Amino acid sequence: MSEQVHDVRLHVNGSVHEVQVPARRLLSDALRHDCGLTGTHVGCEHGVCGACTVLVDGRPMRSCLMLAVSAVDSEITTVEGLTEADGTPQGRLSPVQQAFSDCHGLQCGFCTPGFLTTITAGLRDNPDPSEDEAREMIAGNLCRCTGYQNIVKSVLRAAEITAEIESGERT
Amino acid sequence: MTTKLFGTKVARVEDQRFLRGQGRYVDDLLTDDPRLLHAAVLRSPHAHARITDIDVSDVLDVEGVLAVWTYDDLVDAMAEPLPLLIPHPTLTHGRTQYALAKDEVNYVGEAIAFVVAVDRYVAEDAVSRIRVDYDYLEPVVGIAAARAADRLVHDDVPGNIGARMEQETGDARAAIADAPHTLTLELDIERSACTPMEGRGTVARWDPDTSRLTVWSSTQTSTGVRGCVAAKLGLDLAKVDVITPDVGGGFGVKINHPWPEELLVPLAAMTLGRPVKFTEDRREHFISSAHERAQVHHVEVGFDDDGRLLGLNVEFWHDHGAYTPYGLIVPIITSTQLLGPYKPLNYRVVFESLYTNTVIVTPYRGAGRPQGCFVMERTMDAIAAYLGKDRTEVRGTNFIQPDEFPYEHGLVFQDGRELTYDSGDYPASLEKLKALVGWDEFEQFRAEMAAQGRRVGIGLACYVEGTGVGPYEGAHVHIETSGKVKVATGLTSQGQGHQTAFAQIVADTLGVRFEDVEITTGDTRKMPYAVGTFASRAAVMSGSAIHLASLRAREKALRIAAEALEASEEDLEINDGVVSVRGTDASIDLGTVAVLSNPLRYAFDEASKAATQFSVGDPGKPPVAEDDEPGLEGKDFYSPERSTFANGMHAVIVETDPDTAEITILKYAVVHDCGHLINPMIVEGQIHGGVAQGVGGALYERMVYDEAGQLLNASFMDFLMPYVTEVPTTIDIDHLETPSPLNPLGIKGAGEAGVIPSAAVFAAAIEDAEGFPITAMPISPSELFALRLEHADHTTEAATITGI
Repeated sequence: MSEQVHDVRLHVNGSVHEVQVPARRLLSDALRHDCGLTGTHVGCEHGVCGACTVLVDGRPMRSCLMLAVSAVDSEITTVEGLTEADGTPQGRLSPVQQAFSDCHGLQCGFCTPGFLTTITAGLRDNPDPSEDEAREMIAGNLCRCTGYQNIVKSVLRAAEITAEIESGERT
Repeated sequence: MTTKLFGTKVARVEDQRFLRGQGRYVDDLLTDDPRLLHAAVLRSPHAHARITDIDVSDVLDVEGVLAVWTYDDLVDAMAEPLPLLIPHPTLTHGRTQYALAKDEVNYVGEAIAFVVAVDRYVAEDAVSRIRVDYDYLEPVVGIAAARAADRLVHDDVPGNIGARMEQETGDARAAIADAPHTLTLELDIERSACTPMEGRGTVARWDPDTSRLTVWSSTQTSTGVRGCVAAKLGLDLAKVDVITPDVGGGFGVKINHPWPEELLVPLAAMTLGRPVKFTEDRREHFISSAHERAQVHHVEVGFDDDGRLLGLNVEFWHDHGAYTPYGLIVPIITSTQLLGPYKPLNYRVVFESLYTNTVIVTPYRGAGRPQGCFVMERTMDAIAAYLGKDRTEVRGTNFIQPDEFPYEHGLVFQDGRELTYDSGDYPASLEKLKALVGWDEFEQFRAEMAAQGRRVGIGLACYVEGTGVGPYEGAHVHIETSGKVKVATGLTSQGQGHQTAFAQIVADTLGVRFEDVEITTGDTRKMPYAVGTFASRAAVMSGSAIHLASLRAREKALRIAAEALEASEEDLEINDGVVSVRGTDASIDLGTVAVLSNPLRYAFDEASKAATQFSVGDPGKPPVAEDDEPGLEGKDFYSPERSTFANGMHAVIVETDPDTAEITILKYAVVHDCGHLINPMIVEGQIHGGVAQGVGGALYERMVYDEAGQLLNASFMDFLMPYVTEVPTTIDIDHLETPSPLNPLGIKGAGEAGVIPSAAVFAAAIEDAEGFPITAMPISPSELFALRLEHADHTTEAATITGI
C-alpha cells in the first residue's frame, strides 16, 4: 500500500515551496530534502542538540520536533534567510553571522545554523544581554568544537554590531 | 621566508560558506537528484548471539524498497572480514567484523542487513520487517569480566586477550625494591566517545558513461577509504575517486575505515545503477561507531626523599571492544606518552588489550594520552602528598631539562619510531602556569573561602603529546595564468580551519595575496597520495608539505622571471603576486610567469596568445627544456624521521558544594607549547574546544552499559555532553613557543592538546578540596557524595589539614 502524501505549502525565507510529503515527514527533512535548504543541520533528531533550530513565526523551533504538515500556516526562517539583501547575489552577513566570523564562534560549522537562528531571536527579545544572559540565550544548543567561549563572545559582539547599525555608526 | 601572515589571527575563509548555510556536508549532497536512494541498516539488538536465520521475505513487499543485502549476498573480498588497519607483532589475536554479520554478532549495534529504498523513512520501515532468529549468548561486559574470562567474546581468543605488550627501560622492579619510598595506586578511566555533531555518512555514485565510482564520505582519510573501496569491490584504484566534503567534526572516530556502510553504499550504487546515501543517526552513532578511554591501571612507584622517580612499573588493561580494526594504537600511546615531561630512571609498562561485547574502540581526541596523563599525574600527586611537598616541586624535580633535548626515552612510540622528544622547556611552562592560576596565592584564597563555609581545591596536570606522526603528507601548488594559486593537500578537514592556516603559509612562502590562494583538502582526484587527519598532524605534515611545495613553485617562478626580466634570480623578490627586481621598476606578474611557463600551440584568450610557441622562447631550443616541464607548479612531500612533541600544563580551581557535592569550576588556566603558531586564533579555538571536551570527560560523559551489554544512555538526553552552562566561563591561556627542529616551520600539533590533562587535573583539584584520593574518573556529584560517606572518618581530619 502506498503511503498517503499531502500537498503542503511552506513559506520559507520569504519564498513559497509547494511540496508533497507524508504526514510523518519532519520539518527538518522537508526543509533539507524537499526544499533543498540544506543549511539546516540535523544533529540528534530528538530535540536535544539544537542544530536544526529554525525560526517559526520568529520563534526558535527545533525542526526535528515538528512535522512539515503542521508548518503550513507559518513563516519559517532558516539560516539561509538570515543574510541581508545588499544588491549582491550573496547578500550581506547579518550582525549575528558577522559576529561569529569576527569572534571565531564556529569551527566545523555543523551546529552553527542552530546557534545563529537561536541568537537572532534571542537578541530581538533582549538586544543588550549581559554575559550571563548571553550564556542563557545559547544554553540549549550543543557544540562539540568551540567550547562555547567564542560563541558567548559572538552573542555580545552581535548585540554591539546591531547597536552600531541602529545608531548609524555602521552601515 | 617573509612572515606577513604566519602567526597572525587571520579570519577564516571557511566561515563565509558555513555562516550562510552553504557548507556542503555529506548529507547535503545530491539532494536535488531524484534518482538518489537512501540506505538504512538493521543492527544487532543483542551484545552476543549466534544468528540462526535471517528472513527478509517481507521486506521487498514494502513499496519503495529496491534491495536488501545480508552476509549471504556478499561475495569475494566483500565476504571477507574488514581489514585490520594497523597490525602489530604483539596483536596476536586481532579480529575484525564483517561488513554484514556472519553467523554471530558481538555487540549491540553490529550491522546485520542493509536496505536501500527511495527514502530513509521507507528504508527504516523495511528494516523493521526483517526477522532474525538468534541463539543468545552471555556477553562479556567491562574489563573485570574480560579479565575473569569466564566467558569468551571470540571462541578462539583465549582469556579474551587480543594483545599483551611489554616495554622496559632499565630495571623498574629492582629500582622500586631498592627505593627509599614506594607507593601503589589503582586508577580507572571509563568509556566515552568523540560524538561529533555530524555522524558518519557516505554517498556513492557510479557513472556508467565513464566507468568511474565517486564516493563522498565524512571521513578523516579519503585516500584510506579509496584504497579500501577499490580493494573490497575489486576495482582498479584509478576507477575510484573519494572526496571528503565539509565534515561536521571528527575527533578521531572518522579515522577508522572502512566502516561497513563505506563499502555497502558504493556496492549498492554500482549494483542498482543509482546514487545511494547513508546518513548515520544519533543512536546509530552511539552504538555502531567507536568509543574509547576505558582502562584500568595498577601502578607501583619507587622514589627518593625529593620525590625523584627511581622506578615506575605500570600494568594496565585496555578494553578494545568487540574487534580490533585500529590495532593497538590507543594502549601503545598510553604506555609511552604516560611519561609526560618526566624522566623516570627505570620504567616498565605492560598492558593487555581485551575483548568485550561492546562497541569497538578507536582513537578519540587524545588517544590514550588522557589515561596516561591521569596515571602519571595522579602518581606525582600521591608522591607529593606522601612526602608533604608542594605538587609543583615534585614535578619540577622530575622534569626533563631544556638542555637535555633531544631526549631519548629508550622506548618505541606508536609510529614504530624511537620515543625521542625534540624540544620543550617544561620548567618555564610550569612557572607560567603557576603565575597564570595563582598557585602560590591559593592557600590564602582557600582560607578566605573556608571562612565563608566554602570548600575549594586546586590541581594541575602536565602532558607531552607526540604530534605530526608520519609517514608523510604532500602538496601540489599550481599558479594559474590569472595569478590565482590553487593548492591541494590530501588529508581532510573537520573544522580546523585548514583552508585558512594553509593559505597563510602559501601566501607568505610564495609572496602572493592570501585572497588569491585556494586550498583543497581530502580530494583524491587532486592529491591521491595522502595519509589522513589524526594525531594532531595536519598543520605539521600538510603545513610543512605545502611550504615545501610553495618553495618549489617559487623557485621555478624566479627562474622564469629572471630570464624574462634579464636579471639575476638573487635580485628578485615576490610581493602580492608580482615578481620585481629589487630597487628597479622592472616587474612581472606571477600570472604572466605562468603564461611563459607553458608554451602553447593554441591561443584561447589574451594570456594564451602570448604563450604560443611562436611568441615564446628561443627558436633554437626545444620549447620545453629536457629537464623542465610545462606549467608553473610545485609539488613536494614532507616525511619526518619521527614525531614532534608538543606539551602543555593545565590548572583548575574547583569548588565542591559541602552538601550536594556539586562540582563548580572557578578558574581554568592553560599553558600550551606547540612551537610556532600559524594562527593563534585557531590554536586558541582548538584549546577551548579541547578543554570543554575534557570537562565532559572528567565530570559528565560516560558510556553506561548494563550487564547484558545494552548501552543505556545512547542519546543526547542521557549522554551528558556539556552545554555552555557546564564549561568554564573563561579559560586563561598563555603560550610558550619552543620551535620544533624537525620541520621547516618549527611547528607542532595542537588539535588534541586541550583534552589530554582533564581527567588528571580535575581529579587533583577535587582531591585537594575533599582531602581523600580520587582514583576513578569521570566523577559525578553522586559519586563524590558516596566517596565522602566512605571517607567520613577522614573528612573532619582533612578539613583541618587542607594545607598540605
